[in-house]
Amino acid sequence: MSEERTVRVEALTRVEGEGALHIRVNDGVIEDVQLNIYEPPRLFEAMLRGRALEDVPDITARICGICPVAYQMSSVHALEAALGVQVTGDLRVLRRLLYCGEWIESHALHVHMLHVPDFLGFESALALAKDHPDEVNRGLRLKKHGNQLLEVLGGRAVHPINVAVGGFYHLPRREELTRLIPDFEWGLQAAIDAARWVAGFDFPRFEEAYDFVAVSHPDEYAMCEGPIRTSDGMAISADQFEKHFREQQVPHSTALQAVRIDTGQTYLLGPLSRINLNREQLLPAARRLADELNLEQPCRNIFKSIIARSIEIVQAYEEALSILRDYRPAGEPRIKYEHRQGEGAAATEAPRGLLYHRYGVNAQGFVTKANIVPPTSQNQSQIESDLRDYLPALLNWSDDEVARACERLVRSYDPCISCATHFLKVNLDRVS
Amino acid sequence: MSRKPRLAVFKFASCDGCQLSFLALEDELLTLADRIDVVYFLEATSRVEPGPYDVALVEGSITTPEDAERIRQVRRDSRFLVTIGACATAGGIQALRNWADSAEFLRAVYASPEYIHSLATSTPISSHVPVDFELRGCPINKQQLLEVLVSLLGGRRPRTPVHSVCLECKRRGTVCVMVAQGVPCLGPVTHDGCGAICPSYNRGCYGCYGPCEQPNLESLSDQCQVIGVSREALVRSLRNSFNGYAPEFRAESDRLAGDRQ
Repeated sequence: MSEERTVRVEALTRVEGEGALHIRVNDGVIEDVQLNIYEPPRLFEAMLRGRALEDVPDITARICGICPVAYQMSSVHALEAALGVQVTGDLRVLRRLLYCGEWIESHALHVHMLHVPDFLGFESALALAKDHPDEVNRGLRLKKHGNQLLEVLGGRAVHPINVAVGGFYHLPRREELTRLIPDFEWGLQAAIDAARWVAGFDFPRFEEAYDFVAVSHPDEYAMCEGPIRTSDGMAISADQFEKHFREQQVPHSTALQAVRIDTGQTYLLGPLSRINLNREQLLPAARRLADELNLEQPCRNIFKSIIARSIEIVQAYEEALSILRDYRPAGEPRIKYEHRQGEGAAATEAPRGLLYHRYGVNAQGFVTKANIVPPTSQNQSQIESDLRDYLPALLNWSDDEVARACERLVRSYDPCISCATHFLKVNLDRVS
Repeated sequence: MSRKPRLAVFKFASCDGCQLSFLALEDELLTLADRIDVVYFLEATSRVEPGPYDVALVEGSITTPEDAERIRQVRRDSRFLVTIGACATAGGIQALRNWADSAEFLRAVYASPEYIHSLATSTPISSHVPVDFELRGCPINKQQLLEVLVSLLGGRRPRTPVHSVCLECKRRGTVCVMVAQGVPCLGPVTHDGCGAICPSYNRGCYGCYGPCEQPNLESLSDQCQVIGVSREALVRSLRNSFNGYAPEFRAESDRLAGDRQ
């Protein structure tokens, strides 16, 4: 007798944005796995056309309230490429500092508020706090430090106002930044302790032969600049992205699959990819920690991305501290430029993975076209592929257990569905 | 002891930044969680309980037929409905489609626009259901969110300022960027709540808290034109303000656009 089984997670929880998961199994064969995005589209790429290029970082920030800096950084780098401007020296360093603030805030939110409850069997961090108040409070403090850094350097934590094409609107005074140092010294140690705690959790045994993809830089743990690298050694400039990666429509599905054009295969973005490709560029405390925690090189277990994320929090604290200690404001807050017709692309590392932007601008300084490829829309097909491989081992479980296990796998990606939705070719059929 | 109030957080078309402000109350979060029952907040907890709710925080604008229905259910389920942020109170940045050919917008973004069920407009929650309190801003100020929650716990109406950003600059002692540098600034017509951040970072206010009470927009438009800002640029900045569809900003940008030769 054939047995058909459908497992549905109607609303994924503890992820950013709203999505659902549909799985259909027929006679032990997995027939369909769909990560459905039912977030309403907001049509940013269309809205950006005709805007003054100076307004772009303020507008793209609004794509995501958790990683607005990532959107601002990819925007300004792509626009600067179109204008032939290069931001170097202290201004470049300050941009890294701003990104450190976002990595700390976003990673601490995901690790401590959204993800840890999975490993300890709680519905939320609020519930977890009753049994583990010290750990939850530590996570909240780490998150707060990231936000404080964004407030000083960016003006505010959500949708910072200080990012400009060419640099910043205003450079903070030295004491505004150095005031953060004692908290960041505490935070560096607390982040190391938190990573040790997280690394001691039980992880499902699940390994995939991922193709890791991340921005890479020879001299630093890459955030904003450097070639895009892959596991098999391909290295391309951001300008070449669309020649090597493609979202393609697959038969019998409305979802697009992001694949590498040369291999035709899905690929993985995010902290696991970064740490696997860029481990050598971690700063000393973060690198020592990765070794101490015996994080495999490369690590192919997506559930362990919480460890990678925790190590990156340490990396961001370590880098932020060194910048804070050396900071001496000098010179103009931004580089002057002339409008000209052109096109430019950039890829930077959002907390959840590589974020690609491309813009065309005209000689009057207006945007003529915009293309934005966020990390979650690229990871979506990898998530579905993971679920297909993970499910066979779960088929004896109850529907509830299967749903919970799958949701947990999805959550390991730190998916940012609000970001992804504006670009995914979504199935908006809402099941209720 | 009386029952703890039941709080729900709902999301419509938005970026999540305003609901994130609840989790950004790092110092108060655990105390709040002791006094409020968070029974529906998809981003923060796997606890998912049906209504009724004492307080609903609603983020995002209405852009799909499904959401136009869903907000009615949220209203039916909620005793006190608070909209949080510019999307929910004014339609958000996605309301730029309200001045455009929305079908063309869909075609520009999606290869298969026929799969997308989207309304031609992005509208605030108050266009669909009665709203009990509106918290402004893109994003909201988390201290104002705290004021809303604490006041509701205490059984009083929330107190948030309604004056302009301009006044806040005076209070902070920020030198006026428009007077001193000729930088266009929406501060004189924009609702305070951010603390007048932009002028203190050496740039003009871009209006992300929407219109203040009784804004004198025509006068600001005149002054901007005196310092050399074109009508087109003014229209753009009012519509790009993340509150462009708020009635006062909308009326002025339409007036300026209509006046154009």
